[in-house]
Amino acid sequence: MGSDSGWKRVLRGVLLTIVALFFLFPIFWVFLMSFQTNETILRIPPSIVFEPTLQNYVALISGKLVSNAGVLEIAFMKNLGNSLILSVVSVALSLLLGVPAAYAFARFKFRLGEDIAFTLLSFRFAPPLLVLLPLALYFQSMGLIDTYFGLIWVYQLITLPLILWIVRGYFEDISEDIEYAYRVDGNSWLRTFLKISVPLARPGIAAAMLLAFIFAWNNFVFALILASADKQPVTVGALAFVTASGIQYGQIAASIVLSVTPTLLLALYAQRYLVEGLSLGAVKG
Amino acid sequence: MSAAAKRPFMRLALPYILSLPALLVCIGILIPFGTAVYYSMQRYNLAFPMGRGFIWFENYQAFLTDPAFWNTIRVSLLYTFLTVTFELLLGLGVALLLQRRTLMNNVLSIMLMLPLMIAPAIAALMWKLMTNPNFGILSYLVGLAGLEDFKWASDPGTALFTVVLVDVWVYTPFMMILLLAGLRALPRQPFEAAELDGVPSSFVFFRITLPMLTPYILTAVLFRMLESIQQFDIIYAMTQGGPGDTLMVFQVQAYLERYQYTNVGRSAALLMVLWAITFILSNIFVKQWLRLRERARGV
Repeated sequence: MGSDSGWKRVLRGVLLTIVALFFLFPIFWVFLMSFQTNETILRIPPSIVFEPTLQNYVALISGKLVSNAGVLEIAFMKNLGNSLILSVVSVALSLLLGVPAAYAFARFKFRLGEDIAFTLLSFRFAPPLLVLLPLALYFQSMGLIDTYFGLIWVYQLITLPLILWIVRGYFEDISEDIEYAYRVDGNSWLRTFLKISVPLARPGIAAAMLLAFIFAWNNFVFALILASADKQPVTVGALAFVTASGIQYGQIAASIVLSVTPTLLLALYAQRYLVEGLSLGAVKG
Repeated sequence: MSAAAKRPFMRLALPYILSLPALLVCIGILIPFGTAVYYSMQRYNLAFPMGRGFIWFENYQAFLTDPAFWNTIRVSLLYTFLTVTFELLLGLGVALLLQRRTLMNNVLSIMLMLPLMIAPAIAALMWKLMTNPNFGILSYLVGLAGLEDFKWASDPGTALFTVVLVDVWVYTPFMMILLLAGLRALPRQPFEAAELDGVPSSFVFFRITLPMLTPYILTAVLFRMLESIQQFDIIYAMTQGGPGDTLMVFQVQAYLERYQYTNVGRSAALLMVLWAITFILSNIFVKQWLRLRERARGV
């Protein structure tokens, strides 16, 4: 630590500039590209001076891809909607199921609780395909394949363990005396839980919720295996779109921008919560 | 107390009722897992349903003499080693640069978090655009540097490098966040004492910072190893395991085995091998993580 000499400060500035360039330039470049026509994209040498156009976004939003080969129908906006439905409903369901369970794990020491908690934690790290391959065959025979219901059910594997583990840590930090005092006043268990425990754990719940949303939104392999084009989220849809559109590079860039904007905005808005959640409650920095 | 005391049954049953949904999810995982174990011991190819039968460990035995299996092991381990090493070094470096709590550093640490928020599959598409031979900015830049024929992910010689680069771009922020939080949580006294005594900064780093940071580094490295050995999204979106078999890591190979060659039995056996590796790693990780958590609570 200590105070820096002049050349040290310069070195630090240069290094940080290189780091920032490496991590942020790709986002910036694709963003610029999404406002260009294919002609300006293919220009050599590349230049950041160009006349911005919205035609890529118009094509995506209207769902009609115009190329030399003709007009192609694209379902990209549908994919975007699917992402929203899958992530929002999955997280909501996980909160409903996970917050009371997290409370039970934190407050009541019971054998089954520890077993469940550890099973969930150890499978949090198991290869997703291992569970998905048999599940795809089950879903096929149960008629659940390619349904929102089936997908949201499977998405619980991503969102529920996350919410359980983060929120559990926050409940453990709440002093039992506060709850007890409220109970002694004659309030029911449920009332104490809703009026005292949940509000006190709110930062943890918010962190877990945001992180679960981002993980659900960014998931790729679940829908790749369990959904067809009609129910696919943007992560799978964008890949299919790249294959279908071939050389419509501006539109590919625009589709990328549209699919990452929600999570990036959320991250910027709630970065403090994310740091807590990402370090898995391990480090309260 | 009163309400619960009146109904002792409720008090006993409450934790079980509350954790019922989580239990159902557990069962929802364990049943397919059990099925996968069963499949892995079967001759089971969707294209030849008549040949299906229980064969104990033959799928596993077949791996021992299968060069494709050993290629998968080699590529997966190499990929994990390269990504985790670069991400640790870069993440630690950036965390050290951003250690002091200035406005500039805080803004930068938030901005640098952004790649982690992008879906890895989408990040792979971004880098595919950047390395496109016709207009990609990176292809243009290496062209200027004299490497005219640099083909990035489509050349077997540079494919691994390219995919590792994307992985480093996406996941270094994770290392950085965890190590930065660790650095900022370290006690100040040892550093102040060292400064008073005029101890050289390299000595401070290797003898004070690094040892105190080790629990955080271990946790972050184990977590990344667990994810990296299972990487699917980036590699599948970028090259589908190609060119040839250069990037056939576990999950990509298992996916193709199942969906291209419809060989459910072999695919399940391959995933079981991967599961065994992650099971060992995750047990070490969980122990390390709980220890760290307790320490963070204790302070």
